[in-house]
Amino acid sequence: MGRAGTTALNPCQAEAFGGLGLRRESHHRNRGWLSPFVVNAERAKSVLVERNDEELVAAVRRGDTASFEALVRKYQPRIFATARRYARRESEVEDIVQEVFIKAYQKLDTFRGDAPFEHWLMRLAVRTCYDFLRVHQRNREHHFSDLSEPEKDWLDRFVAEPDQAPENAEAARTLVKRLLEMLSPKARLVITLLEIEERSVKEIAALTGWSVSLVKVRAFRARAEMRKCLQKLKREQYL
Amino acid sequence: MNLAKLQEKLLAAARLDRPSEQVPYAFEQRIMARLRQVAQDSTEVWTAWARMLWRAATPCLGLTVVLVGLAAFTGALQGTSLSLGEGLETAVYAVLTEPAD
Repeated sequence: MGRAGTTALNPCQAEAFGGLGLRRESHHRNRGWLSPFVVNAERAKSVLVERNDEELVAAVRRGDTASFEALVRKYQPRIFATARRYARRESEVEDIVQEVFIKAYQKLDTFRGDAPFEHWLMRLAVRTCYDFLRVHQRNREHHFSDLSEPEKDWLDRFVAEPDQAPENAEAARTLVKRLLEMLSPKARLVITLLEIEERSVKEIAALTGWSVSLVKVRAFRARAEMRKCLQKLKREQYL
Repeated sequence: MNLAKLQEKLLAAARLDRPSEQVPYAFEQRIMARLRQVAQDSTEVWTAWARMLWRAATPCLGLTVVLVGLAAFTGALQGTSLSLGEGLETAVYAVLTEPAD
């Protein structure tokens, strides 16, 4: 298929890929191996004849599994970034991303095309992350007793001068990660989407499949849960 | 300690900490390989199921042929006054029918 696709190029495209490569390809055709020039030409062709998401989804539905690779390549950076918000270890992140794309492939028939493919995929990603949080709920940390020295220093600085404690400090980042890990899966998801990613309540409802009022209720409870965790921190560190 | 302020500060810190979009090398190929594996696994399940059904069907068919042959040979199929439908009905309701005595 690969070679047939290459020979179907028009002269302009051939020029764009480097005519020499294509001429060499025809020279090697009878030798039964694919030259590096052919591979390059194939790549260049895929760039030139870039299909949009709807076309790629339709191709996958028709049984062209290879078209799914283009969708994976396009969206994997975003899915990785989303997964990294919920999982700490890189192996867990990779597992989440893999699960998202496998689910996407298996459930592609349920994609109606009313909304962009990206929205549908992100909804799937958020739900997979939420499932991950629920499965790993038991591994959550429940105390602040093992704070590192920089974290303690940052807190001391905050207690002394709340406005002077830098928000971009590494200690603040690790502290907030620790705090998020103490939250329940629901609370963590809502806090992440609403407070950290700064999404609207409507967007969160669309991503999670919850109603708007349920998102508001869960956001209220999540903030209260977070405040409770901070009270725990205050008790453990300063009383 | 002002907890509301601390919460605000920590959330601001989280907002500044944008997760990386970096993807491991050739990760899409790993996904495609996994998809092929999943498709192959599901095909294998159906293949195994079909093979098992065929294996079970062959002796069943053989036994049926033997029993029909035996019945024909002993004359059990002849001389009955019941039609096929009546015979089936009698057989189905045999359990519910009270003994004659």
